[in-house]
Amino acid sequence: MVHLFIIEAEGLTKNFNGFTAVDGISFRVAQGEIFAFLGPNGAGKTTTINMLTGLARISAGTIRLGGWDYALKGSLKKAQQRMGIVPDESNLYEELDGFNNLCFCASLYGMGKPEREKRAQELLKQFNLEAAGKRPFRAYSKGMKRKLTLAAGIIHQPEVLFLDEPTTGIDVESARQIRSLIQQLNKAGTTIFLTTHYIEEAERLCRRLAFIVEGRIVRQGGLAELMEEGQGDYIVQFILDDGGAKHAVEQELPAALAARFPHTEINIHGDREVRVTSSVPLELAPLIEIFSNYHLPVFEAKIMRPTLEDVFVRITGIEAARLKKEKEGKKG
Amino acid sequence: MKLINLSPWMIATFNILKKDMKTYYLKPPNISWGLIFPFAWTLMFFLRSQTPMQIQDVLPGVIAMSVLFGTTSMLAVTITFERRQRSFERLLLAPISLNALMLAKTSGAILFGVFNAFIPVIFASFLVDLSGVGWLSLSAGIVLIAITSTFLGLLIAVSVKEVFEAQTFSNFFRFPMIFLCGLFIPLAELPLALRPISYILPLTYGADILKWSINDGGYLPVSLSFALLAAFSVALFVLSTYNIKTKWIH
Repeated sequence: MVHLFIIEAEGLTKNFNGFTAVDGISFRVAQGEIFAFLGPNGAGKTTTINMLTGLARISAGTIRLGGWDYALKGSLKKAQQRMGIVPDESNLYEELDGFNNLCFCASLYGMGKPEREKRAQELLKQFNLEAAGKRPFRAYSKGMKRKLTLAAGIIHQPEVLFLDEPTTGIDVESARQIRSLIQQLNKAGTTIFLTTHYIEEAERLCRRLAFIVEGRIVRQGGLAELMEEGQGDYIVQFILDDGGAKHAVEQELPAALAARFPHTEINIHGDREVRVTSSVPLELAPLIEIFSNYHLPVFEAKIMRPTLEDVFVRITGIEAARLKKEKEGKKG
Repeated sequence: MKLINLSPWMIATFNILKKDMKTYYLKPPNISWGLIFPFAWTLMFFLRSQTPMQIQDVLPGVIAMSVLFGTTSMLAVTITFERRQRSFERLLLAPISLNALMLAKTSGAILFGVFNAFIPVIFASFLVDLSGVGWLSLSAGIVLIAITSTFLGLLIAVSVKEVFEAQTFSNFFRFPMIFLCGLFIPLAELPLALRPISYILPLTYGADILKWSINDGGYLPVSLSFALLAAFSVALFVLSTYNIKTKWIH
């Protein structure tokens, strides 16, 4: 029997000692797609993955994976045979080398010796880890550890791959390679469910996604569909001097802008960027004049198309800066 | 040519055992610990024994201690360590039943315990005549003691979060057990108030089997000791797996 949706969750809830970590969420993931949960830390992303993979019990609701209903005895183990899991922290065996880590993981899925050794070699090659295959896992860099953990997750060629924050805490180059590997896997037919708080990662990889905040899905849909929600916005981006954004806040520029242009919303992005969002078209000259009045030189001003980040901020009310701070915190 | 066609769960459990043997039990520090610890016990007790008869009297105690200390320490520490590193999650997510997984995880410690048990026996064989020993019941007793001690270690591992807690908690069980199981103070000579405690300790029945096998000196009917020790094994395993299901799969 072919199932159009490989993952189906209905009213999924998780309570921990009176605290509701996941609150009645429902979603479906089609076979062969990349679906992401986007949300800040503590939104319930990992708890949802834990319920989907069988590491956490479901307080209420139902899960079906590949047609296997978790409520039925023995179904979870059948479903686990078809899934691969890459947790948010690399959890392979520090004392085993890369090759033996992969072989051991393959054996957990019942793969025979010749088959698992062949597959381990293939994956080491595909992930550019051939030279490190005989080195103990503890001697790997963070990026290499992440890649090997991803390889371990797909050693048994699962139909569904769960990736929890796949690029958090690793260098830019390794993150780029991992994103490329995820795309390759998906092209080869693997369904991917990933959680991230990197908006640009979700935008780059996914066709459909859900915004999750405080255990609830506040919006879900196709990328294009979600982006449409920001189409009525006019956004002007101002690039200031180093530290200019901070000075703008100190000098209460946002309040001055809001007073002069009542239908606008002002957001600070990083050190140098101020974004003015409005539901009506904006003129650049009076806006730049306000910056000049505050002795804030404007190096660049441009009208932007709304990004997924703008849509996320608009729907969830969570500032992008908070997500960025969280991701930097996690790196440290 | 492939001789045996193993089912997927057998491949998984065998490889878990193989990995544990390779990464924990067959490491030089653990092999030397496995040899030195029973050797030190043996030497200490045998030096104090003036006659061959006394060596045979202390042999059950030395065997029991070697098994108990070897199994509980190793298992509680290795499982707590894997939990800390989160590599244990990988096993919980594998498509094998929890019972098969935990049997695979405990088999290494059981084998390690059995290996430890035979060190004092080998030493004793050079000093006294062991021809009167009931080898079948002795071997079965050693295996059952290793199983119950390992499952006790498993119960401890499920109850703690840190490696040092596992070690402390193990001692909390082990030392009273050594003195109350009838190895050094016969059950008949124990104060009446302490005797009920002795009867709820699995080692009491294991020690009695060892005494019966080595000196024909058991206090309880040997079939009862075997039955109760087997019951303890099953109960400790069921309790541990239940705790894993409720504590580790939140």
